[in-house]
Amino acid sequence: MAEKIVEEGPVTAEGKEKLRLLTVVRGETLRNRDIYERPPKYELFFPNFVMKELCVGLAFLIIIFMWAYFKDSPLYELSDPAETPSHIKAAWYFVGLQEMLAYFDPYLAGVIIPSMILAGLYLIPFIDPDPVKGIGRFAFKERKFAIGCFLGGVAMWYGLLLVGWFFRGPYWSFYWPWEDHSVVKATEVALWSFPLPAGIAFLVCYGMLVLILPAVIFQNFFFRLGLIRYLITFNLFAVMCFVPIKILLRSAFSVKYILVTPWFNI
Amino acid sequence: MKWVPLGLVRYTVCLGGLSVFFFLLCILTGPFLMLYYVPDVNRAHADVMDIMQVVPFGAFVRNVHRWSACLMIVCVPAHMTRVFLQAAYKPPRQLNWLVGITLLILTYLMCFTGYMLPWDQEAYWGATIGATMAENSPFLGAKGPFSVLPPDKDIHYIMLGGTVLDQPTLSRFFFAHCIAIPGALAGLMGFHFFNIHRAGGMSGPL
Repeated sequence: MAEKIVEEGPVTAEGKEKLRLLTVVRGETLRNRDIYERPPKYELFFPNFVMKELCVGLAFLIIIFMWAYFKDSPLYELSDPAETPSHIKAAWYFVGLQEMLAYFDPYLAGVIIPSMILAGLYLIPFIDPDPVKGIGRFAFKERKFAIGCFLGGVAMWYGLLLVGWFFRGPYWSFYWPWEDHSVVKATEVALWSFPLPAGIAFLVCYGMLVLILPAVIFQNFFFRLGLIRYLITFNLFAVMCFVPIKILLRSAFSVKYILVTPWFNI
Repeated sequence: MKWVPLGLVRYTVCLGGLSVFFFLLCILTGPFLMLYYVPDVNRAHADVMDIMQVVPFGAFVRNVHRWSACLMIVCVPAHMTRVFLQAAYKPPRQLNWLVGITLLILTYLMCFTGYMLPWDQEAYWGATIGATMAENSPFLGAKGPFSVLPPDKDIHYIMLGGTVLDQPTLSRFFFAHCIAIPGALAGLMGFHFFNIHRAGGMSGPL
């Protein structure tokens, strides 16, 4: 039987207030659920969870067996150090790095940038200023900057990989998928580099822009991070954003290097 | 009794488990390939050819090895992305994130070294690209900026066991692929799982 409970509220300056109706309790016996403590949102790790994972594994086992039965893994002709093929491609998961070689010197594409990526990944737990936000769920709105940077990086890695795999032909020239790879493309257009002062000016301006501007615009963010974490975060951010900038300069404006020095080029 | 959040077996949370599953498939098929493969530059290619054409079920076993490795290298970064998006690297799980990134690197190294073993054109020149990058490392590579080491002492030489890809390269890549990296991977994976429990279970509604 339902019973309406309306109590008189405390006396305030405006006079007596009435409390809202909070709930209607049905006068029946309590059900099992209310008596026994049972974690309703949890299941046993073993056997429930493990069995489910195993089922997914078995499904993939079938897929792999079918795949292995119908499609042979590639094996090309015996290696020949004397003959460089016109069409060298690394394993598909490294084609992103190989694609970067088209825009950067090998020390940047193969060593510095991958090292920065890995350093950034290792540092993530220590440069994230918030210890609790969004654990265990997809909180895109609350972690816009973190998730934006991460997904931006992932998109760039796989974007370069796709370009390298599908749009590159002999001698790493750009081919549209419908173009014939046997037609050798004309040699590269003449590239030019920034003169030294312009290069230094460009890099200094870029550094100032990425390192100082966010601190001025998002002051709360800056104080929440603290100076050291802020500098680490935005140095990594600057490197990440530099990759598409250089790619754009190279492919749209034929810029070979931004900075040319006797020791290294950027 | 260990309780885990219900509904974890969804598309995204299986990725870690699947990575292990593909790793196990590689571990199971690898030794069978080793029975017929000799890491000798004069034999390696012919041995893989034999595995593909002569050895009973050889092609099937190699295909399973190759395709599960391919799927593993898809699953591991995807698992990392899931972990990041669900903020599962935040306290108390930072250590597991660090171990996870190391596992990611080891997985890539595993693929890089394995790709080279058939000693075919694709493998040889693919590995050459990697070697060129090592050669161009700043400070540590002989051709890189600020190089301080001579060509017979730099990181490129250590990686290849010589100045060009040859027998020493194949030997050390074989050792890395079959013993060093899988050992490190298996050990760290064990720690990765142990740490899930130590750090308060899987990330779910806390």
